[in-house]
Amino acid sequence: MVQEETIAAIATATGEAGIGIVRVSGGEALEKVRRLFYDASGRSVESLPPRRMLYGQIRNPENSEVVDEVLMVYMKAPHTYTREDVVEIQCHGGTQSVRRIMALLLAQGIRGAAPGEFTKRAFLNGRLDLSQAEAVMDLISARTERSHQAAMDQLEGFLSRKVRLLRERMLALLAEMEVSIDFSEEEDVEVATYDSLMNASRELITEIDGLIASARTGKILREGIKTIIVGKPNVGKSSLLNALLRESRAIVTDIPGTTRDAIEEQLNLKGIPMVLMDTAGIRETEDLVEQLGVERTRLLFEKADLVIMMLDASTHLSREDQEILSMIKNKKTLILVNKTDLPSLFSETELPDWVDRNQLLRISLLEEAGMEALEEALITLVFQGETLEKEKEMVTNLRHQQALEVAGKALQDGLQALENQLPLDFLQVDYQTAMDSLGEIVGETVREDLVDYIFSHFCIGK
Amino acid sequence: MHYEAGQYDLVVVGAGHAGCEAALAASRMGMRTLLTTISLDAVALLACNPSIGGTGKGHLVREVDALGGEMGLTIDKTFIQSKMLNTAKGPAVHSLRAQADKWEYQQAMKQVLENQENLDLLQAEVVDLVTVTDDNGQPESQSLKEHCHLQKGKVAGVVTRTGAIYRSQAVILATGVYLKSKVFMGEIHYESGPSGLFPAQFLSEKLRAMGIELRRFKTGTPARVDARTVDFSKMERQDGDQEIVPFSFANEHLEIQQLPCWLSRTTPETKAVIEANLHRSAMYSGQIKSTGVRYCPSIEDKVVKFSDKPSHQFFLEPEGRNTTEMYVQGMSTSMPEEVQLAMYRTMIGLEQVRIMRPGYAIEYDCIDPTQLTLSLEMKAWENLFCAGQFNGSSGYEEAAAQGLMAGINAVLKLKGKAPFILDRSEAYIGVLIDDLVTKGTNEPYRMMTSRAEYRLVLRQDNADTRLTEKSYHLGLATQERYEAMKAKSEAVTNEMNRLQKTILPPESINPLLVKKGSSTVKIGLSLLDALKRPEIDYDDLASVDPQYNAQLSRAVITQCEVKIKYQGYIDKQLKSVEQFRKMEHRLLPPELDYHLIAGLRLEARQKLSQLRPLSLGQASRISGVSPADISVLLVYLEQQRRMKEKGEDV
Repeated sequence: MVQEETIAAIATATGEAGIGIVRVSGGEALEKVRRLFYDASGRSVESLPPRRMLYGQIRNPENSEVVDEVLMVYMKAPHTYTREDVVEIQCHGGTQSVRRIMALLLAQGIRGAAPGEFTKRAFLNGRLDLSQAEAVMDLISARTERSHQAAMDQLEGFLSRKVRLLRERMLALLAEMEVSIDFSEEEDVEVATYDSLMNASRELITEIDGLIASARTGKILREGIKTIIVGKPNVGKSSLLNALLRESRAIVTDIPGTTRDAIEEQLNLKGIPMVLMDTAGIRETEDLVEQLGVERTRLLFEKADLVIMMLDASTHLSREDQEILSMIKNKKTLILVNKTDLPSLFSETELPDWVDRNQLLRISLLEEAGMEALEEALITLVFQGETLEKEKEMVTNLRHQQALEVAGKALQDGLQALENQLPLDFLQVDYQTAMDSLGEIVGETVREDLVDYIFSHFCIGK
Repeated sequence: MHYEAGQYDLVVVGAGHAGCEAALAASRMGMRTLLTTISLDAVALLACNPSIGGTGKGHLVREVDALGGEMGLTIDKTFIQSKMLNTAKGPAVHSLRAQADKWEYQQAMKQVLENQENLDLLQAEVVDLVTVTDDNGQPESQSLKEHCHLQKGKVAGVVTRTGAIYRSQAVILATGVYLKSKVFMGEIHYESGPSGLFPAQFLSEKLRAMGIELRRFKTGTPARVDARTVDFSKMERQDGDQEIVPFSFANEHLEIQQLPCWLSRTTPETKAVIEANLHRSAMYSGQIKSTGVRYCPSIEDKVVKFSDKPSHQFFLEPEGRNTTEMYVQGMSTSMPEEVQLAMYRTMIGLEQVRIMRPGYAIEYDCIDPTQLTLSLEMKAWENLFCAGQFNGSSGYEEAAAQGLMAGINAVLKLKGKAPFILDRSEAYIGVLIDDLVTKGTNEPYRMMTSRAEYRLVLRQDNADTRLTEKSYHLGLATQERYEAMKAKSEAVTNEMNRLQKTILPPESINPLLVKKGSSTVKIGLSLLDALKRPEIDYDDLASVDPQYNAQLSRAVITQCEVKIKYQGYIDKQLKSVEQFRKMEHRLLPPELDYHLIAGLRLEARQKLSQLRPLSLGQASRISGVSPADISVLLVYLEQQRRMKEKGEDV
């Protein structure tokens, strides 16, 4: 059997699901997943016996952040679907966990699987019988067609323009190097100086970093703003939830790749997907803290992008209110003072000093007064004044993000090689890698372009 | 009218750089070979630039030499100036270039041909091929035949203009720029080969009748001027290298009296003359419709395309030791003769110049090389091999490389052996042939180092270790060459080991490190680790190395230095080579009917049927074949394999 690259993919269908599964296949599957897997007490795991399900957590090895609690099983070749070593990670359902785990796997150098690739391997390695060959071929072509279409849809607009421009500049840089390598001594072309190459590289790195940073904005758009509503019992959390759900004209279905979760409620507010966390808790007991305990609640807050803290206009700030406030001190918070229809006892002066008075809103859910202002406030708070146009939808695809990261890293290597005065023909390898990565995003090949560019931009020849 | 003139194993048509290598390789491998040429005075003619090598091209010559070809040896015998280009850059792109004595070069090559056992040289114009069509083939494969361009028949000899029929088992076409060639100078044009030689007027029609697709390409050359009319005092002298690196691995040391070349520039007046007469240039008046070379543009092209440049540089290069003819490099033109003169006289140092041969553009028939297999055999005609400019390439070196490979493969075919194919990770020759036959070309194809993906491992300094052993096993490279290569490799390994084992204490090595501006060490440093530092080269070690060997050859030192200094990058590249080879080794059966593979997209089916790639790797480089198509092919191949297995079990 040919030792193939290790690949990974999200194995569960997008849609409503309690768990998500990420599947890794290939010779390095075990070794690479092991770098991310820790037992329940956070220790790395020495041995992973095959065919045994282990409970533990996936952590980001760079900052030890816990990504999710998971069950993991390792299956040894050849007794697997692909007949290669396979590791399956079962995590929480919804898009969130599987995507973050995928991103970590890709960062370990595992390749995202091509459409139908697991099945292709299963067939090539003898797992599927002959009668299934045709089906496998059809599967590959059909899936490729579909994912190609999806990628094209995604690439329209901002990202593809941006990457094409970057690629153009990379091409110019590479051509300058190549001409310098192939022709500088025989022709009177201007030779690329290390200084000019370094400057151009730095500029490119800045731009690529910018695009990668935009992935974060993209992530919000893709996965929704994780929002949590807190407040003492009877302050109106369920009413707010219901009001928001009513306002949200399009729920869930038109957001591709998102799932309705047992304890999450997804909604779309003025084009912004939001995920209301632990809504089940809100409905059932009306009191999150009581239900989950202080520690769990704190963890939940940590995951949230946004906290809506509800207060009762008809009462003074209670000890309970203060307790909750202390837990959300560093979060993006909107203070929502409900029940303005009742005689007001609450005063802003009761709030601790650190609370931003600008992020305070008074509404009456009973009279449905102030909903418009609430939506405005939410949007402003999340995007901090940045306008949100469709155009700004940037790097939303994990694969694209990974390609950009590879390109950025290669350029960093190249820059360093330039600083060390390595010969051009060697450090060109790094630039070629960066170029290839950018090409992967827009699906364009390189070498022909390069030769064309050289001839059209440089006066060379006998 | 016709008569039977003789019987050979192989006939090579054309004795240019491709034909010579092809004929020599075949006869050296034991085939009775006939080499024909339109003029015996034009054997190995350097019809354009009187130089061999240059970036990318120099690599090809080294590879041809490592495989036992003749070009490197011939230029080593006849050069008048030698230069290693790109020494300021990394070792991967160091490139040799030598100025040749044009006449001596031809003489030397002709002498080798004449003294070669099994080889006959003949002046003749080939006008037709003897073919055998296979009508009693398998009828059941008829439909396959139609859409797969399977073979139409085989060739079995050539017919000359004078009626002679030479029968042979195989034929190699290396017709260069001679097929239906036409020369252009301004409004004047006439049928002619290069340098006033006869064109080949008849073969094209016969090839067309055989179903071979021909196309027109164009190239050009500058004027040759009289050195007695040049003011060299206004020009910059360009000398060769002090220490000459030979082209051939068989030569260790060369010493000759070198001649200088001269560098100068055009002036704004040159530009004015060209602009005023642009309508008279054959290329711009629309007389020439064929595709020219972008990398070797005429001066008209340069002025039009790069109009912001007020001046262009040019070189004057001697055409030989015993001539006043000089080649004006950089000034190729298809202007009328009188405009050429006016134009040249505006150039610095050429104010009084006299033209001895005017420049011209030349147009000729060649093939679309995608009609060939990777062994350079025609897909439609068995035992018909093709090489050189006939395949759409340009340059002596590109031609020689193809000639050599066509020669070797014709022999292997006749001996019933597997073809000799170099892949893109093994040689520039592999890149050249794969580019031509897999991607095709829309203009005369020139080698550049940027065309090679694995440039760092395809260096000119290691061509022998890459290739000589292969050629030795084919029976081409001599025992002597093989042993020299072995000895060199061994010397490199020994020296690397010694450098690694020799560890110097800080007090011995630090003074050198300080002197070279490198950081000092607190514990011992091996010589190998010292060499990893960019500031330190091998010669620097002389003062500190207790066993420094001044006798070690430059070639061995270079190998050690490169291996040590660039190891990280080379390892990176070797890794991608490994990935690449996996796909190259997945062979596609030649009889595969792509139209029956349902999962393939239509475009892929057509392209694959037409090009019939040898391996999945080659298939993946065909434009119009996507990675998904390759996956589908993989699955299909596995399906076929298992079906066959099953069938055998029953």
